[in-house]
Amino acid sequence: MRRSWFLWLTAGLGFLFLYAPIASLVVFSFNESKLVTVWGGFSTKWYGELLRDEQILGAAWISLKIAALSATGAVVFGTLAAYVLLRVGAFWGRPVLRGMTTAPLVMPEVITGLSLLLLFVSMERALGWPAGRGMMTIVIAHTTFALAYVAVVVQSRLVDMDDSLEEAAQDLGAGPVRVFFDITLPVIAPALVAGWLLAFTLSLDDLVVASFTSGPGASTLPMVIFSKVRLGVSPEVNALATLILAVVALGILLAGLVLRRR
Amino acid sequence: MHAEDVDCDRSAVHVKPWRAGADAPFIQIDGITKRFGDVAAVNDVSLDIWKGEIFCLLGGSGCGKSTLLRMLAGFETPSAGTVRIDGQDMAGVPPNARPTNMMFQSYALFPHMSVENNVAYGLRREGLAKAVVADKVKDMLHLVQLDGLARRRPHQLSGGQRQRVALARSLVKKPKLLLLDEPLGALDKKLREETQFELMNIQDQLGITFIVVTHDQEEAMTLSTRIGVMDAGRIVQVGEPREIYEHPGSRFVADFIGTVNLFEGRVDVAAPDAMRVMTDVGPILVDPVQGLSARQEVAVAVRPEKMRLTRKQVDAANSLPATVQDYAYMGDITIYKLVLEGGRTLKVSVANGDGDGAPITWDEHVFVSFPTRAGVVLTA
Repeated sequence: MRRSWFLWLTAGLGFLFLYAPIASLVVFSFNESKLVTVWGGFSTKWYGELLRDEQILGAAWISLKIAALSATGAVVFGTLAAYVLLRVGAFWGRPVLRGMTTAPLVMPEVITGLSLLLLFVSMERALGWPAGRGMMTIVIAHTTFALAYVAVVVQSRLVDMDDSLEEAAQDLGAGPVRVFFDITLPVIAPALVAGWLLAFTLSLDDLVVASFTSGPGASTLPMVIFSKVRLGVSPEVNALATLILAVVALGILLAGLVLRRR
Repeated sequence: MHAEDVDCDRSAVHVKPWRAGADAPFIQIDGITKRFGDVAAVNDVSLDIWKGEIFCLLGGSGCGKSTLLRMLAGFETPSAGTVRIDGQDMAGVPPNARPTNMMFQSYALFPHMSVENNVAYGLRREGLAKAVVADKVKDMLHLVQLDGLARRRPHQLSGGQRQRVALARSLVKKPKLLLLDEPLGALDKKLREETQFELMNIQDQLGITFIVVTHDQEEAMTLSTRIGVMDAGRIVQVGEPREIYEHPGSRFVADFIGTVNLFEGRVDVAAPDAMRVMTDVGPILVDPVQGLSARQEVAVAVRPEKMRLTRKQVDAANSLPATVQDYAYMGDITIYKLVLEGGRTLKVSVANGDGDGAPITWDEHVFVSFPTRAGVVLTA
C-alpha cells in the first residue's frame, strides 16, 4: 500500500506529542546554564553534580530496592490470584476476589494510599506490626496495587494458553503442583517478566501512595524530586530524569527481547 | 482364497472376542452419565470393550463423545455409573494415576520442550533411570519415524510431525488404554489416509487398546474394529463397521453413516419370500423381516451403490422409472441425482468400469432397480 502524506502527518504528530517533552528534557539535561529554560551550551556537569548529591543517590537506591521487592511480591501474589480466578472454577467468593483484584486499577491513588495508611496505623496499634512506617510499608503498599496489574497481564496469558497442555501433563502422570511448575509457569513466563517490569516501573514512579505510607528516612526518588521541584526545577533533576529514562528504556528493550523468544 | 476364508473363520473368536464373549471385557462402562446443569451430555451409556480393540466413538458435534472420553481419562467426574479398566474401578482415581493416556485433538505438545523432552515427560514421572528413559524415547521416535527431529521444538515441526510427536508421547508409557480425540482431524486428506494405516500398524505392534473419538465416518470405518454411534448423549448402535453400514439399526444411523435413500411407508403384506412395503413411491419389495405387524410404520433404506441404473427396464424385484437431474463424476464412481415420477429425488452411485457405451447423462429417462436384499427395513 502506498502511504499517503496524511498517514505521515498523523504519525509525525503522534510522535511529536509523545516524545517532544521527553526530548526537551534530555536536551536540557546537557545544558551548561543554571537556568533550566535558557540554553547555555553543551555540558555534562549536572550529571557530575548529580553523582555527588547524597540525598538523590540515597533516594534512588531506596526507590530501586522498593521497586524490585514490590515487583517480585506483586508477581507472586498476582500470578496466584490470576491462576485461582481462572483455573479453580467457580467457588464461593470468586466474584469478590475478582472485584478486589481489579479495584486498584480504577481506584484513585489517594484513596489507596489513605486506606493503606489507616490499615498500617491500626495494625500497629493492635498487633505492634509494622512498627512505624518506612520502606517496609511502601513495599507492601506497592505490592498491593501492582498486584492488580500483574493479575491482569497473567490472566490474559492464561486465557490464551491451551487448557489441554495442563491436562496432558496430568495425563502423563504429573500431580497438580508439578503441572504448575513444569507446564503452566514456563508457558506463562513471558507474562511474568512483563508483569514484573510493569510493577517495577509503577513502583518507581509512584508518588501518591508512597507519600501516604512512607515514614522518616524512607523518601523515594519521586518524593525527593517533587520536594526539590517545589523550590524550583534545577538542571540536576533533568539529568536524573534522563538517567531514569535510560534505565526504563533498557528494561523495555529487555522485556521485548524476552517476549519475542517463544 | 477359499483357504484364507476358512482360516479367518477359525480365528474369528480370537480376533473378534465381542462376538463370542469368551474373555471378560477389558473396559467395562456401566450406566455412565454426565450432567452439566440440567443437560445430560452423556446419558446412561454402557459399553464393553475388549483388549486390543480399536473402538471408535462416532457422532456429530455435541453428541457427548468427547465428554465420554474425558470421563475415561479422568478429566470429568461421572454424575452416575462406573468405569472399570482391567477390572479396576476408576472412581476417584485422578488422571495422573490412571492406566490410560490421551492424545489430544490440539496435540497439546509442551511448547517450551524439545520433541524428546515432550516424549520423555511421562517416563520421567515414573522415576525411571535416565538411560532407560533415553532408550525408550529413542525407540518410540523411531517407531513414529521421527528420528533426527528429537531436538526440535514443536513450533519447528509440520502438522503431520506434531501429530506423530503427540502419538509417541501418549504411547511411550505403554498405557493399558489409549484415548484419541479426533487424532487425524488437523491433517489434510492425503496425510490422514496414510496416517490411518500407520496408526493401525502401530496399534497392532504394541497391542494397546484404542478408543478413538471422531466425527469422520470414513476414519471410523477404516480404523476401527467396532464403532459406537452416538447421538444426544446416548449410544444408538454398536457394531463392526460392516454391520453398521449394511444393517443400520435406525434411520439416524442409516443417514449418519454414508449416503442412503430412505423410503417411508407401511408394511403391506408379509409373505414368506418377500415383504411388500407401501411407500410414497409405490410398493417396494424387501426380504422378509421377523416381528413386524401389518400396517406398521417403517422406513426402507437403500444404499446408492446397491441400486442399478439402466436405460431399459430390467427384470428386478424393484424397478422405478426416473429422470437424471444431475450427476457428479468422481473418477472411480459417478453419483447420479435422479427425480422419480412423484418428484422425489434419489441418489444412485455407479462404478465406472471399462467405459463401454456412452455414459448416462442429463435428462435421460432411466430405470432404477434393486433386489429385495438391498432394502433394509428400519423401525426406529
